[in-house]
Amino acid sequence: MPDLGLEVLFKGTNMLRLLGGLGVALKISLIAVAISIPLGILLGSLMTWKNPVARAILRLYLETVRIMPQLVLLFLVYFGTTRWFGWNLSGELASIIVFVFWGAAEMSDLVRGALISIPRHQYESAEVLGLNKVQTYVFVIIPQTVRRLIPLSINLITRMIKTTSLILMIGVIEAMKVGQQIIEANRMSSPNAAFGIYLAVFFLYFIACWPISLLAGYLERRWKN
Amino acid sequence: MKTKGFKKLLALGLAAVTAVAFTACGSSTPAPAASGSADNGASADVYRTLDDIKADGTINIGVFSDKSPFGYVDENGDYQGYDVYFANKLAEDLGVKVNFVSTEAANRIEYLQTGKVDIILANFTVTPERAEEVDFALPYMNVALGVVSPEAAPVTSLDDLKADDQVIVISGTTAETYLTENYPKLKLQKYDTYANAKNALENGNGVCWANDNTEVIAFAKQNPGYTVGIPQLGNNDTIAPAVSKGNTTLLEAINAEIEALGAENFFHADYEATLLDTYGADFEDTLVIEGGKTAAQ
Repeated sequence: MPDLGLEVLFKGTNMLRLLGGLGVALKISLIAVAISIPLGILLGSLMTWKNPVARAILRLYLETVRIMPQLVLLFLVYFGTTRWFGWNLSGELASIIVFVFWGAAEMSDLVRGALISIPRHQYESAEVLGLNKVQTYVFVIIPQTVRRLIPLSINLITRMIKTTSLILMIGVIEAMKVGQQIIEANRMSSPNAAFGIYLAVFFLYFIACWPISLLAGYLERRWKN
Repeated sequence: MKTKGFKKLLALGLAAVTAVAFTACGSSTPAPAASGSADNGASADVYRTLDDIKADGTINIGVFSDKSPFGYVDENGDYQGYDVYFANKLAEDLGVKVNFVSTEAANRIEYLQTGKVDIILANFTVTPERAEEVDFALPYMNVALGVVSPEAAPVTSLDDLKADDQVIVISGTTAETYLTENYPKLKLQKYDTYANAKNALENGNGVCWANDNTEVIAFAKQNPGYTVGIPQLGNNDTIAPAVSKGNTTLLEAINAEIEALGAENFFHADYEATLLDTYGADFEDTLVIEGGKTAAQ
Protein backbone atom coordinates (compact mmCIF):
# COMPACT_ATOMS: atom_id res chain seq x y z
CA MET A 1 0.00 0.00 0.00
CA PRO A 2 1.46 3.38 -0.98
CA ASP A 3 2.31 5.88 1.75
CA LEU A 4 -0.67 8.23 1.91
CA GLY A 5 0.59 10.12 4.92
CA LEU A 6 -2.59 9.17 6.76
CA GLU A 7 -0.77 9.36 10.10
CA VAL A 8 -1.06 13.16 10.05
CA LEU A 9 -4.81 12.73 10.47
CA PHE A 10 -4.19 11.43 13.96
CA LYS A 11 -1.69 14.09 15.01
CA GLY A 12 -3.00 16.44 17.68
CA THR A 13 -6.59 17.42 17.04
CA ASN A 14 -6.36 17.24 13.24
CA MET A 15 -9.29 14.84 12.83
CA LEU A 16 -11.52 16.98 15.03
CA ARG A 17 -10.47 20.08 13.11
CA LEU A 18 -11.43 18.44 9.82
CA LEU A 19 -14.81 17.44 11.24
CA GLY A 20 -15.25 20.96 12.60
CA GLY A 21 -14.50 22.26 9.11
CA LEU A 22 -17.17 19.97 7.67
CA GLY A 23 -19.54 21.22 10.37
CA VAL A 24 -19.01 24.80 9.21
CA ALA A 25 -19.58 23.80 5.59
CA LEU A 26 -22.77 21.90 6.47
CA LYS A 27 -24.10 24.65 8.72
CA ILE A 28 -23.74 27.28 6.00
CA SER A 29 -25.09 25.12 3.19
CA LEU A 30 -28.03 23.68 5.11
CA ILE A 31 -29.15 27.06 6.43
CA ALA A 32 -28.94 28.31 2.86
CA VAL A 33 -30.89 25.28 1.61
CA ALA A 34 -33.59 25.73 4.24
CA ILE A 35 -34.15 29.32 3.12
CA SER A 36 -33.62 28.97 -0.61
CA ILE A 37 -35.83 25.93 -1.29
CA PRO A 38 -39.12 27.53 -0.08
CA LEU A 39 -38.09 30.85 -1.58
CA GLY A 40 -37.27 29.14 -4.87
CA ILE A 41 -40.65 27.37 -4.90
CA LEU A 42 -42.41 30.70 -4.39
CA LEU A 43 -40.39 32.47 -7.07
CA GLY A 44 -40.74 29.54 -9.46
CA SER A 45 -44.53 29.64 -9.15
CA LEU A 46 -44.44 33.39 -9.78
CA MET A 47 -42.41 32.75 -12.94
CA THR A 48 -45.30 30.84 -14.50
CA TRP A 49 -47.51 33.90 -14.12
CA LYS A 50 -48.50 35.86 -17.15
CA ASN A 51 -47.59 39.21 -15.55
CA PRO A 52 -44.83 40.61 -17.81
CA VAL A 53 -43.28 42.87 -15.11
CA ALA A 54 -42.91 40.04 -12.61
CA ARG A 55 -41.51 37.78 -15.30
CA ALA A 56 -38.98 40.37 -16.46
CA ILE A 57 -37.75 40.97 -12.91
CA LEU A 58 -37.43 37.27 -12.14
CA ARG A 59 -35.76 36.64 -15.48
CA LEU A 60 -33.23 39.39 -14.71
CA TYR A 61 -32.56 37.86 -11.31
CA LEU A 62 -32.10 34.37 -12.72
CA GLU A 63 -29.78 35.56 -15.48
CA THR A 64 -27.69 37.53 -12.96
CA VAL A 65 -27.11 34.43 -10.90
CA ARG A 66 -26.36 32.36 -14.00
CA ILE A 67 -23.83 34.82 -15.34
CA MET A 68 -21.94 35.44 -12.13
CA PRO A 69 -19.52 32.84 -10.84
CA GLN A 70 -20.18 32.13 -7.16
CA LEU A 71 -16.71 33.35 -6.30
CA VAL A 72 -17.50 36.77 -7.76
CA LEU A 73 -20.74 36.88 -5.78
CA LEU A 74 -18.85 35.99 -2.61
CA PHE A 75 -16.32 38.78 -3.15
CA LEU A 76 -19.07 41.27 -3.99
CA VAL A 77 -21.05 40.49 -0.86
CA TYR A 78 -18.12 40.12 1.53
CA PHE A 79 -15.85 42.96 0.41
CA GLY A 80 -18.25 44.98 -1.73
CA THR A 81 -20.78 45.65 1.02
CA THR A 82 -18.01 46.91 3.28
CA ARG A 83 -16.65 49.15 0.55
CA TRP A 84 -19.96 50.63 -0.56
CA PHE A 85 -22.18 50.58 2.51
CA GLY A 86 -19.70 50.13 5.35
CA TRP A 87 -21.38 46.89 6.50
CA ASN A 88 -18.96 44.55 8.14
CA LEU A 89 -20.55 41.18 7.38
CA SER A 90 -18.84 38.09 8.73
CA GLY A 91 -17.56 35.58 6.21
CA GLU A 92 -20.21 33.06 7.25
CA LEU A 93 -23.11 35.48 6.90
CA ALA A 94 -21.81 36.64 3.52
CA SER A 95 -21.62 33.00 2.41
CA ILE A 96 -25.19 32.28 3.53
CA ILE A 97 -26.46 35.37 1.68
CA VAL A 98 -24.70 34.34 -1.54
CA PHE A 99 -25.83 30.72 -1.28
CA VAL A 100 -29.46 31.75 -0.70
CA PHE A 101 -29.28 34.21 -3.59
CA TRP A 102 -27.88 31.51 -5.83
CA GLY A 103 -29.91 28.56 -4.53
CA ALA A 104 -33.25 30.35 -4.69
CA ALA A 105 -32.62 31.32 -8.32
CA GLU A 106 -31.70 27.80 -9.40
CA MET A 107 -34.56 26.31 -7.43
CA SER A 108 -37.05 28.74 -8.96
CA ASP A 109 -35.96 27.68 -12.43
CA LEU A 110 -36.36 24.00 -11.50
CA VAL A 111 -39.84 24.67 -10.11
CA ARG A 112 -40.82 26.64 -13.19
CA GLY A 113 -39.59 23.82 -15.40
CA ALA A 114 -41.47 21.19 -13.38
CA LEU A 115 -44.69 23.20 -13.41
CA ILE A 116 -44.76 23.84 -17.15
CA SER A 117 -43.89 20.21 -17.83
CA ILE A 118 -47.26 19.11 -16.43
CA PRO A 119 -49.32 18.47 -19.58
CA ARG A 120 -52.32 20.66 -20.26
CA HIS A 121 -54.69 17.70 -20.27
CA GLN A 122 -54.01 17.17 -16.57
CA TYR A 123 -55.58 20.56 -15.82
CA GLU A 124 -58.41 19.89 -18.24
CA SER A 125 -59.12 16.41 -16.88
CA ALA A 126 -59.23 17.83 -13.37
CA GLU A 127 -61.70 20.45 -14.49
CA VAL A 128 -63.86 17.82 -16.17
CA LEU A 129 -63.88 15.81 -12.94
CA GLY A 130 -65.32 18.88 -11.27
CA LEU A 131 -62.32 19.96 -9.21
CA ASN A 132 -61.98 23.66 -8.55
CA LYS A 133 -58.72 25.56 -9.07
CA VAL A 134 -57.35 24.96 -5.56
CA GLN A 135 -58.31 21.28 -5.63
CA THR A 136 -56.66 20.91 -9.04
CA TYR A 137 -53.39 22.19 -7.63
CA VAL A 138 -53.53 20.32 -4.33
CA PHE A 139 -54.58 16.93 -5.71
CA VAL A 140 -53.27 16.86 -9.26
CA ILE A 141 -50.57 19.38 -10.10
CA ILE A 142 -48.49 19.77 -6.93
CA PRO A 143 -48.02 16.02 -6.23
CA GLN A 144 -46.74 15.48 -9.75
CA THR A 145 -44.53 18.57 -9.62
CA VAL A 146 -42.97 17.54 -6.31
CA ARG A 147 -42.16 14.10 -7.67
CA ARG A 148 -40.41 15.64 -10.66
CA LEU A 149 -38.57 18.08 -8.42
CA ILE A 150 -37.03 15.60 -5.98
CA PRO A 151 -34.04 14.42 -8.03
CA LEU A 152 -33.39 17.91 -9.36
CA SER A 153 -33.43 19.60 -5.99
CA ILE A 154 -31.27 16.88 -4.39
CA ASN A 155 -28.75 17.59 -7.09
CA LEU A 156 -28.90 21.28 -6.20
CA ILE A 157 -28.55 20.64 -2.45
CA THR A 158 -25.47 18.43 -2.84
CA ARG A 159 -24.01 21.00 -5.23
CA MET A 160 -24.51 23.68 -2.60
CA ILE A 161 -22.73 21.56 0.01
CA LYS A 162 -19.80 20.97 -2.32
CA THR A 163 -19.55 24.58 -3.41
CA THR A 164 -18.77 25.61 0.17
CA SER A 165 -15.18 24.78 -0.72
CA LEU A 166 -15.09 28.26 -2.32
CA ILE A 167 -15.79 30.16 0.87
CA LEU A 168 -12.23 29.77 2.07
CA MET A 169 -11.57 32.71 -0.26
CA ILE A 170 -13.44 35.01 2.12
CA GLY A 171 -11.68 33.73 5.20
CA VAL A 172 -14.13 31.03 6.36
CA ILE A 173 -12.25 27.98 7.63
CA GLU A 174 -14.17 24.97 6.30
CA ALA A 175 -13.16 21.38 5.57
CA MET A 176 -11.12 22.16 2.45
CA LYS A 177 -9.15 24.92 4.15
CA VAL A 178 -8.45 22.80 7.22
CA GLY A 179 -7.21 20.10 4.84
CA GLN A 180 -4.84 22.51 3.14
CA GLN A 181 -3.63 23.75 6.51
CA ILE A 182 -2.84 20.22 7.65
CA ILE A 183 -1.07 19.36 4.40
CA GLU A 184 1.09 22.48 4.52
CA ALA A 185 1.92 22.19 8.21
CA ASN A 186 3.32 18.72 7.48
CA ARG A 187 4.93 19.54 4.14
CA MET A 188 8.38 18.60 5.40
CA SER A 189 7.60 15.68 7.71
CA SER A 190 4.95 13.92 5.58
CA PRO A 191 5.24 15.09 1.97
CA ASN A 192 2.64 12.52 0.87
CA ALA A 193 0.00 13.81 3.27
CA ALA A 194 -1.75 15.62 0.40
CA PHE A 195 -3.13 12.29 -0.90
CA GLY A 196 -4.32 11.08 2.47
CA ILE A 197 -5.86 14.38 3.50
CA TYR A 198 -7.69 14.95 0.24
CA LEU A 199 -8.92 11.37 0.45
CA ALA A 200 -10.22 12.11 3.96
CA VAL A 201 -11.88 15.32 2.74
CA PHE A 202 -13.47 13.34 -0.09
CA PHE A 203 -14.92 10.87 2.42
CA LEU A 204 -16.23 13.69 4.59
CA TYR A 205 -18.11 15.24 1.67
CA PHE A 206 -19.31 11.77 0.74
CA ILE A 207 -20.78 11.03 4.17
CA ALA A 208 -22.39 14.46 4.14
CA CYS A 209 -24.05 14.03 0.73
CA TRP A 210 -24.80 10.28 0.72
CA PRO A 211 -27.70 10.36 3.23
CA ILE A 212 -29.34 13.09 1.16
CA SER A 213 -29.11 10.90 -1.95
CA LEU A 214 -30.52 7.96 0.01
CA LEU A 215 -33.45 10.05 1.19
CA ALA A 216 -34.15 11.10 -2.38
CA GLY A 217 -34.08 7.48 -3.55
CA TYR A 218 -36.46 6.51 -0.78
CA LEU A 219 -38.91 9.30 -1.61
CA GLU A 220 -38.82 8.49 -5.30
CA ARG A 221 -39.60 4.83 -4.62
CA ARG A 222 -42.35 5.71 -2.18
CA TRP A 223 -44.07 8.09 -4.55
CA LYS A 224 -43.66 5.92 -7.60
CA ASN A 225 -47.38 5.38 -7.99
CA MET B 1 -38.98 36.81 -31.73
CA LYS B 2 -39.22 40.29 -30.36
CA THR B 3 -39.28 39.19 -26.73
CA LYS B 4 -36.35 36.85 -27.30
CA GLY B 5 -34.24 39.69 -28.65
CA PHE B 6 -35.27 41.81 -25.70
CA LYS B 7 -34.26 39.11 -23.25
CA LYS B 8 -30.87 38.75 -24.86
CA LEU B 9 -30.39 42.50 -24.66
CA LEU B 10 -31.35 42.48 -21.02
CA ALA B 11 -28.91 39.70 -20.28
CA LEU B 12 -26.14 41.53 -22.11
CA GLY B 13 -26.82 44.79 -20.33
CA LEU B 14 -26.83 42.99 -17.05
CA ALA B 15 -23.52 41.35 -17.79
CA ALA B 16 -22.06 44.76 -18.57
CA VAL B 17 -23.37 46.30 -15.36
CA THR B 18 -22.09 43.52 -13.18
CA ALA B 19 -18.75 43.56 -14.96
CA VAL B 20 -18.41 47.27 -14.29
CA ALA B 21 -19.44 46.80 -10.69
CA PHE B 22 -16.84 44.14 -10.19
CA THR B 23 -13.96 45.91 -11.86
CA ALA B 24 -14.82 48.97 -9.83
CA CYS B 25 -14.49 46.77 -6.78
CA GLY B 26 -11.30 45.14 -8.02
CA SER B 27 -9.55 48.33 -9.08
CA SER B 28 -8.00 50.61 -6.59
CA THR B 29 -10.52 53.33 -5.84
CA PRO B 30 -8.59 54.38 -2.76
CA ALA B 31 -11.80 54.70 -0.76
CA PRO B 32 -13.08 57.90 0.76
CA ALA B 33 -10.85 57.09 3.70
CA ALA B 34 -7.92 59.23 2.68
CA SER B 35 -9.89 62.41 2.01
CA GLY B 36 -12.92 62.43 4.25
CA SER B 37 -11.14 61.86 7.52
CA ALA B 38 -10.14 65.43 8.39
CA ASP B 39 -13.53 66.86 9.39
CA ASN B 40 -15.57 63.71 9.96
CA GLY B 41 -13.23 62.15 12.44
CA ALA B 42 -11.99 58.59 12.47
CA SER B 43 -15.44 57.05 12.11
CA ALA B 44 -15.52 57.80 8.37
CA ASP B 45 -12.38 55.77 7.68
CA VAL B 46 -12.36 52.20 6.57
CA TYR B 47 -9.52 51.45 8.92
CA ARG B 48 -9.20 51.59 12.70
CA THR B 49 -6.59 53.90 14.19
CA LEU B 50 -4.21 52.78 16.90
CA ASP B 51 -6.51 54.30 19.53
CA ASP B 52 -9.58 52.51 18.11
CA ILE B 53 -7.75 49.20 18.27
CA LYS B 54 -6.52 49.80 21.81
CA ALA B 55 -10.01 50.84 22.92
CA ASP B 56 -11.43 47.67 21.38
CA GLY B 57 -8.74 45.49 22.95
CA THR B 58 -8.36 43.17 19.93
CA ILE B 59 -6.31 43.61 16.80
CA ASN B 60 -7.21 41.77 13.60
CA ILE B 61 -4.14 40.49 11.81
CA GLY B 62 -4.34 38.78 8.44
CA VAL B 63 -1.90 35.88 8.11
CA PHE B 64 -1.55 32.83 5.92
CA SER B 65 -2.92 29.67 7.48
CA ASP B 66 -1.32 27.28 5.01
CA LYS B 67 2.13 28.64 4.17
CA SER B 68 4.50 26.75 6.39
CA PRO B 69 6.86 27.91 7.88
CA PHE B 70 5.71 31.58 7.59
CA GLY B 71 2.11 31.32 8.62
CA TYR B 72 0.35 28.01 9.23
CA VAL B 73 -1.87 26.20 11.69
CA ASP B 74 -0.34 23.40 13.73
CA GLU B 75 -1.97 20.10 14.66
CA ASN B 76 -3.63 21.68 17.70
CA GLY B 77 -5.27 24.39 15.65
CA ASP B 78 -2.89 27.16 16.76
CA TYR B 79 -1.36 29.66 14.37
CA GLN B 80 2.43 29.33 14.05
CA GLY B 81 5.28 30.56 11.90
CA TYR B 82 7.68 33.43 11.30
CA ASP B 83 4.95 35.98 10.55
CA VAL B 84 2.76 34.75 13.40
CA TYR B 85 5.62 34.89 15.93
CA PHE B 86 6.05 38.59 15.13
CA ALA B 87 2.29 39.21 15.12
CA ASN B 88 2.00 37.81 18.63
CA LYS B 89 4.86 39.97 19.88
CA LEU B 90 3.40 43.06 18.24
CA ALA B 91 -0.02 42.50 19.81
CA GLU B 92 1.55 41.83 23.18
CA ASP B 93 3.53 45.08 23.08
CA LEU B 94 0.50 47.07 21.95
CA GLY B 95 -1.35 45.56 24.90
CA VAL B 96 -4.14 44.00 22.86
CA LYS B 97 -5.37 40.51 22.07
CA VAL B 98 -4.77 39.19 18.59
CA ASN B 99 -7.42 37.75 16.29
CA PHE B 100 -5.86 35.95 13.33
CA VAL B 101 -7.73 36.08 10.03
CA SER B 102 -6.87 33.47 7.42
CA THR B 103 -6.00 35.24 4.16
CA GLU B 104 -5.09 34.08 0.67
CA ALA B 105 -2.41 35.61 -1.55
CA ALA B 106 -5.09 36.98 -3.86
CA ASN B 107 -7.21 38.80 -1.25
CA ARG B 108 -4.61 40.44 0.99
CA ILE B 109 -5.00 43.94 -0.47
CA GLU B 110 -8.80 43.69 -0.45
CA TYR B 111 -8.75 42.86 3.27
CA LEU B 112 -6.81 46.04 4.04
CA GLN B 113 -8.80 48.26 1.70
CA THR B 114 -12.03 47.26 3.39
CA GLY B 115 -10.56 47.45 6.88
CA LYS B 116 -11.55 43.85 7.59
CA VAL B 117 -8.09 43.39 9.06
CA ASP B 118 -5.86 46.01 10.69
CA ILE B 119 -2.54 44.55 9.56
CA ILE B 120 -1.47 42.04 6.93
CA LEU B 121 1.47 39.93 8.04
CA ALA B 122 1.33 37.31 5.33
CA ASN B 123 4.71 37.03 3.66
CA PHE B 124 3.79 40.24 1.82
CA THR B 125 6.50 41.25 -0.67
CA VAL B 126 6.91 45.01 -1.08
CA THR B 127 6.32 46.12 -4.68
CA PRO B 128 5.70 49.61 -6.10
CA GLU B 129 2.27 48.52 -7.43
CA ARG B 130 1.16 47.26 -4.03
CA ALA B 131 2.56 50.34 -2.29
CA GLU B 132 -0.03 52.41 -4.17
CA GLU B 133 -2.85 50.40 -2.61
CA VAL B 134 -1.60 49.83 0.93
CA ASP B 135 1.01 51.32 3.25
CA PHE B 136 4.03 49.14 3.98
CA ALA B 137 5.87 49.36 7.28
CA LEU B 138 9.59 48.63 7.70
CA PRO B 139 10.71 45.29 6.27
CA TYR B 140 11.56 42.27 8.38
CA MET B 141 12.75 39.76 5.80
CA ASN B 142 14.64 39.53 2.50
CA VAL B 143 13.54 37.57 -0.51
CA ALA B 144 15.53 37.08 -3.68
CA LEU B 145 16.16 34.36 -6.19
CA GLY B 146 18.61 31.57 -5.49
CA VAL B 147 20.31 28.84 -7.47
CA VAL B 148 20.89 25.31 -6.22
CA SER B 149 23.30 22.86 -7.83
CA PRO B 150 24.95 19.50 -7.05
CA GLU B 151 27.80 19.74 -4.55
CA ALA B 152 30.05 17.93 -7.01
CA ALA B 153 29.67 20.68 -9.62
CA PRO B 154 28.53 23.82 -7.80
CA VAL B 155 27.33 26.80 -9.83
CA THR B 156 28.35 30.01 -8.08
CA SER B 157 27.80 32.46 -10.89
CA LEU B 158 25.51 32.29 -13.90
CA ASP B 159 28.21 34.02 -15.99
CA ASP B 160 30.47 30.96 -15.60
CA LEU B 161 28.00 28.62 -17.31
CA LYS B 162 29.11 27.05 -20.57
CA ALA B 163 27.18 27.57 -23.78
CA ASP B 164 25.23 24.30 -23.64
CA ASP B 165 24.59 24.23 -19.88
CA GLN B 166 20.90 24.37 -19.08
CA VAL B 167 19.18 25.98 -16.12
CA ILE B 168 16.04 24.43 -14.63
CA VAL B 169 13.13 26.74 -13.78
CA ILE B 170 9.46 26.29 -12.94
CA SER B 171 7.20 27.99 -15.50
CA GLY B 172 5.46 31.12 -14.27
CA THR B 173 7.80 31.83 -11.39
CA THR B 174 9.73 35.05 -10.85
CA ALA B 175 12.92 33.08 -11.58
CA GLU B 176 11.74 32.38 -15.13
CA THR B 177 10.85 36.04 -15.76
CA TYR B 178 14.08 37.32 -14.28
CA LEU B 179 16.36 34.97 -16.20
CA THR B 180 14.54 35.55 -19.49
CA GLU B 181 14.95 39.30 -19.08
CA ASN B 182 18.45 39.47 -17.70
CA TYR B 183 20.18 36.43 -19.14
CA PRO B 184 18.57 36.10 -22.57
CA LYS B 185 21.34 33.81 -23.83
CA LEU B 186 20.89 31.30 -21.05
CA LYS B 187 19.22 28.03 -22.01
CA LEU B 188 16.24 27.41 -19.75
CA GLN B 189 14.59 24.09 -19.11
CA LYS B 190 11.03 24.79 -18.03
CA TYR B 191 8.91 22.49 -15.90
CA ASP B 192 5.32 22.89 -14.82
CA THR B 193 5.56 21.54 -11.31
CA TYR B 194 7.92 21.57 -8.42
CA ALA B 195 8.12 17.76 -8.47
CA ASN B 196 9.17 17.64 -12.15
CA ALA B 197 11.83 20.31 -11.67
CA LYS B 198 13.15 18.37 -8.70
CA ASN B 199 13.37 15.17 -10.76
CA ALA B 200 15.14 17.02 -13.55
CA LEU B 201 17.83 18.31 -11.19
CA GLU B 202 18.25 14.89 -9.63
CA ASN B 203 18.60 13.26 -13.05
CA GLY B 204 21.16 15.84 -14.13
CA ASN B 205 19.02 17.23 -16.97
CA GLY B 206 20.26 20.71 -16.06
CA VAL B 207 23.30 21.96 -14.22
CA CYS B 208 21.37 23.99 -11.67
CA TRP B 209 17.87 25.06 -10.60
CA ALA B 210 16.80 28.68 -10.10
CA ASN B 211 13.84 29.47 -7.84
CA ASP B 212 12.95 31.70 -4.86
CA ASN B 213 15.92 31.55 -2.53
CA THR B 214 13.81 30.30 0.39
CA GLU B 215 12.73 27.37 -1.80
CA VAL B 216 16.23 26.41 -2.97
CA ILE B 217 17.69 26.80 0.53
CA ALA B 218 15.00 24.49 1.92
CA PHE B 219 15.66 22.04 -0.93
CA ALA B 220 19.42 21.91 -0.29
CA LYS B 221 18.76 21.46 3.42
CA GLN B 222 16.49 18.46 2.86
CA ASN B 223 18.43 16.82 0.06
CA PRO B 224 22.04 16.01 0.90
CA GLY B 225 24.48 16.40 -1.98
CA TYR B 226 23.12 19.74 -3.13
CA THR B 227 24.39 23.21 -2.34
CA VAL B 228 23.03 26.72 -2.80
CA GLY B 229 25.86 28.21 -4.90
CA ILE B 230 24.04 31.51 -5.40
CA PRO B 231 21.88 32.44 -2.38
CA GLN B 232 20.94 35.87 -3.71
CA LEU B 233 20.35 36.69 -7.32
CA GLY B 234 18.82 39.74 -8.92
CA ASN B 235 16.80 42.43 -7.27
CA ASN B 236 16.48 41.91 -3.60
CA ASP B 237 12.89 42.30 -2.47
CA THR B 238 11.70 42.65 1.07
CA ILE B 239 8.78 41.36 3.11
CA ALA B 240 7.02 43.89 5.32
CA PRO B 241 3.83 44.32 7.34
CA ALA B 242 1.14 46.37 5.59
CA VAL B 243 -1.73 48.52 6.87
CA SER B 244 -4.65 50.25 5.12
CA LYS B 245 -3.60 53.27 3.05
CA GLY B 246 -3.44 56.30 5.31
CA ASN B 247 -3.49 54.51 8.65
CA THR B 248 -0.46 56.44 9.91
CA THR B 249 -0.95 55.96 13.64
CA LEU B 250 -0.84 52.19 13.31
CA LEU B 251 1.96 52.35 10.73
CA GLU B 252 4.12 54.44 13.05
CA ALA B 253 3.44 52.12 15.95
CA ILE B 254 4.58 49.12 13.88
CA ASN B 255 7.70 50.93 12.65
CA ALA B 256 8.62 51.97 16.20
CA GLU B 257 8.12 48.37 17.31
CA ILE B 258 10.33 46.97 14.54
CA GLU B 259 13.07 49.47 15.32
CA ALA B 260 12.90 48.76 19.03
CA LEU B 261 12.96 44.99 18.43
CA GLY B 262 16.16 45.43 16.41
CA ALA B 263 17.99 46.23 19.63
CA GLU B 264 17.16 42.82 21.06
CA ASN B 265 17.76 40.96 17.79
CA PHE B 266 14.14 39.83 17.88
CA PHE B 267 13.90 38.66 14.27
CA HIS B 268 16.94 36.44 14.69
CA ALA B 269 15.18 34.83 17.64
CA ASP B 270 12.07 34.55 15.46
CA TYR B 271 14.13 32.88 12.71
CA GLU B 272 15.62 30.44 15.16
CA ALA B 273 12.22 29.57 16.59
CA THR B 274 10.36 29.13 13.30
CA LEU B 275 12.61 28.92 10.23
CA LEU B 276 15.77 27.20 11.46
CA ASP B 277 14.41 23.70 10.84
CA THR B 278 13.56 24.51 7.25
CA TYR B 279 16.42 26.76 6.17
CA GLY B 280 19.29 25.97 8.55
CA ALA B 281 21.59 28.46 10.27
CA ASP B 282 23.78 29.29 7.26
CA PHE B 283 21.32 31.66 5.65
CA GLU B 284 19.99 33.39 8.75
CA ASP B 285 21.68 36.71 7.98
CA THR B 286 20.76 36.47 4.30
CA LEU B 287 17.06 36.18 5.07
CA VAL B 288 16.50 38.19 8.26
CA ILE B 289 16.20 41.98 8.36
CA GLU B 290 16.72 43.37 11.83
CA GLY B 291 15.36 46.73 12.96
CA GLY B 292 13.98 47.47 9.50
CA LYS B 293 17.45 48.15 8.08
CA THR B 294 18.20 46.48 4.76
CA ALA B 295 21.80 46.03 3.65
CA ALA B 296 21.30 48.60 0.91
CA GLN B 297 20.46 51.41 3.31
